[in-house]
Amino acid sequence: MTKKIVIEQVTRIEGHAKVSIFVNDDGSVQDAQVHVTQLRGFEKFMEGRPFYEMPSLTARTCGICPVSHLIASSKACDQILAVRIPPTAIDLRRIINLGQIIQSHALNFFYLSSPDLLLGMDADPAKRNLFGLLEHSPQIVRDGVRLRRFGQQVIERLANKRIHPGWIVPGGVASPLEATARDLILSEIPEVKGIIRRTLDWYKKSLNNYQEYIRTFANFPSLFLGLVSPDGQLEHYDGRIRVVTASGSILADQLAPDEYSAYIGEAVEPWSYLKSPYYKPLGYNDGMYRVGPLARLNIVNQCGTPEADQELAEFKCLDTGAVLSSFHYHYARLIEILYGIERIEQLLNDPEILSKKVRAHAEVNNLEGVGVSEAPRGTLFHHYKVNEDGLIESANLIIASGNNNLAMNRGVLQVARYYVRADKLTEGMLNRVEAVIRAFDPCLACSTHADGHMLMQIELLAPNGQLIDSMTR
Amino acid sequence: MSPTTPLIKTFTIDGKPVSATEDETILDVARQNGIDIPTLCNLEGLTPTGQCRLCMVEIGGTNRMVPSCVAKPDEGMEIVTDSERLLKYRRMIVELLFSERNHICAVCVTNGHCELQAMAQRLGVDHIRYGYLHPRFRLDGSHPRYEVDHNRCILCGRCVRVCDEIEGAHTRDLRNRGIKTLVITDFDGRWGESATCTNCGKCVHVCPTGALAEKGKSVAEMAKQRHFLPYLVMRRKGLKK
Repeated sequence: MTKKIVIEQVTRIEGHAKVSIFVNDDGSVQDAQVHVTQLRGFEKFMEGRPFYEMPSLTARTCGICPVSHLIASSKACDQILAVRIPPTAIDLRRIINLGQIIQSHALNFFYLSSPDLLLGMDADPAKRNLFGLLEHSPQIVRDGVRLRRFGQQVIERLANKRIHPGWIVPGGVASPLEATARDLILSEIPEVKGIIRRTLDWYKKSLNNYQEYIRTFANFPSLFLGLVSPDGQLEHYDGRIRVVTASGSILADQLAPDEYSAYIGEAVEPWSYLKSPYYKPLGYNDGMYRVGPLARLNIVNQCGTPEADQELAEFKCLDTGAVLSSFHYHYARLIEILYGIERIEQLLNDPEILSKKVRAHAEVNNLEGVGVSEAPRGTLFHHYKVNEDGLIESANLIIASGNNNLAMNRGVLQVARYYVRADKLTEGMLNRVEAVIRAFDPCLACSTHADGHMLMQIELLAPNGQLIDSMTR
Repeated sequence: MSPTTPLIKTFTIDGKPVSATEDETILDVARQNGIDIPTLCNLEGLTPTGQCRLCMVEIGGTNRMVPSCVAKPDEGMEIVTDSERLLKYRRMIVELLFSERNHICAVCVTNGHCELQAMAQRLGVDHIRYGYLHPRFRLDGSHPRYEVDHNRCILCGRCVRVCDEIEGAHTRDLRNRGIKTLVITDFDGRWGESATCTNCGKCVHVCPTGALAEKGKSVAEMAKQRHFLPYLVMRRKGLKK
């Protein structure tokens, strides 16, 4: 007979989750499951609405990554219009997408994860948060706030609004970039580049402190999947799908994103509202893949910007094949922030960025559209079918975090097996279970569209369901 | 007094002495005197119908309230346009409109340009006391340029009137009663297949909400142009002479 430990809610993540840890009679962990516990049902209520409403409607799935949804959704709508959007609109969408990635990565690294990294996994939970960190390392907190603000301001300066801007539209963007906005962003690049440089230097020096977590935090072979450019460089807006094995070799390359259903399956488990996508040719479970910053750095040949490429070369030395430990998501996030800043600078320095031609207009020319882009947490798929009037007949979304579901569950089991002993349960053990989830930075609000406040309750249940012990934060 | 001289009535609005000719409504006189009575179904250039009841005013000395857009004043009347009771009822009307269909401003094409939204702000409606009904109406996206989203319709009838009175096509009408009331095209057909619609788009621009909109507009992009209407009325009257 097994006992069950429940962590509910998982804290310092985006969205709601609960973890069940099943414990054998000898106190060892038999299994673990991450339950994503709420559902908002966007795919259903999108039905019957006009397709051109989708960007702003689907953006409402999330207050952290609305831009990612606007991008993937608008790309799906571009296909329905069957237009080639103006090149400046593509570049403006790239910039705003990178602004989104920078702010989201800064949020995860500094606000959510760094309390574990700097204060320790066993620190007092009352202090193990951003405010505790402010007392301990005020400069780190200031840097995190500054980087996040930069990302948010890139969004605001392009789209006039930080959260849920309606600016990214089918056919392009709603308005051209003003020279003053461009100059303002460019003027801040040296400062934020300096911040990410010193963060990377500090983080790389402290990697030795985390060797145990690097070894145990979802460190296992899996596939890695994401978009790459035609020449295999880091690509967040366009590109085609590449799949890389644990040894780092390319399993599939330049797969057409709009044919995703040919190679990505979506399994449903009764214990979670979050579906479990897998790479179809290898079947369910074996087809487990990871997406997001770690996966992106594992699949690319190069980043395509000078400083990020130097960092990538160092990063690739962490492992002999692909970098397998999910703890390195943190590292990968920092490199992507550097890349984002460099790339924004490149794009803004092109005089064509101020072109007034930023939107193509057309009617329904295709009854189906698939939009795929890289969101902060990984590859995001929006797939719509419309009728002749342009009203949505069916929609399917594979949210970036959802792609990591199988790997995240496997990672939680690995950490639970390593740290959790049911006969001497401590808060620090359970925080490690949560911390591995934080490493993946899942946005569960997006992936099943949950909302609400965070609480954590841990219950130790006997096999007959009797409550033996509980902890509440 | 000669028989051709119009009868002038004198009365007060909010204590201010005012006068009206025989054919002027209380709302007309209030506006001439800079008194702003809230309206929603009313639109300058179209026949007033008193449908939305937001323009109700109190008549002194009685318990009666009358819709000022259609009611004519009587000699010596004391009219009150702004009282606690009127504000209460006006808020209630707006709340009931919000609770009936699906008015989610955040994702609406007319967000920021919507008369219903502006009225709610003006009256201080910051929450809805009634349960949302949210009946699910099908959109009609069959017209090449415009769409109808009945979920955002408040049944003010402006589109029906503008099509009948100004364009002269009478493509639109109302079907059913109560909560099931729907604006229809011709004999309840698809807009894109209408034999009478001239594609002029006046109905779209007089619509106070996002119920009628141009296709392809994104959230908050559908600003309506209504200034043409009184001008058009004047010109067409001139042509008829």
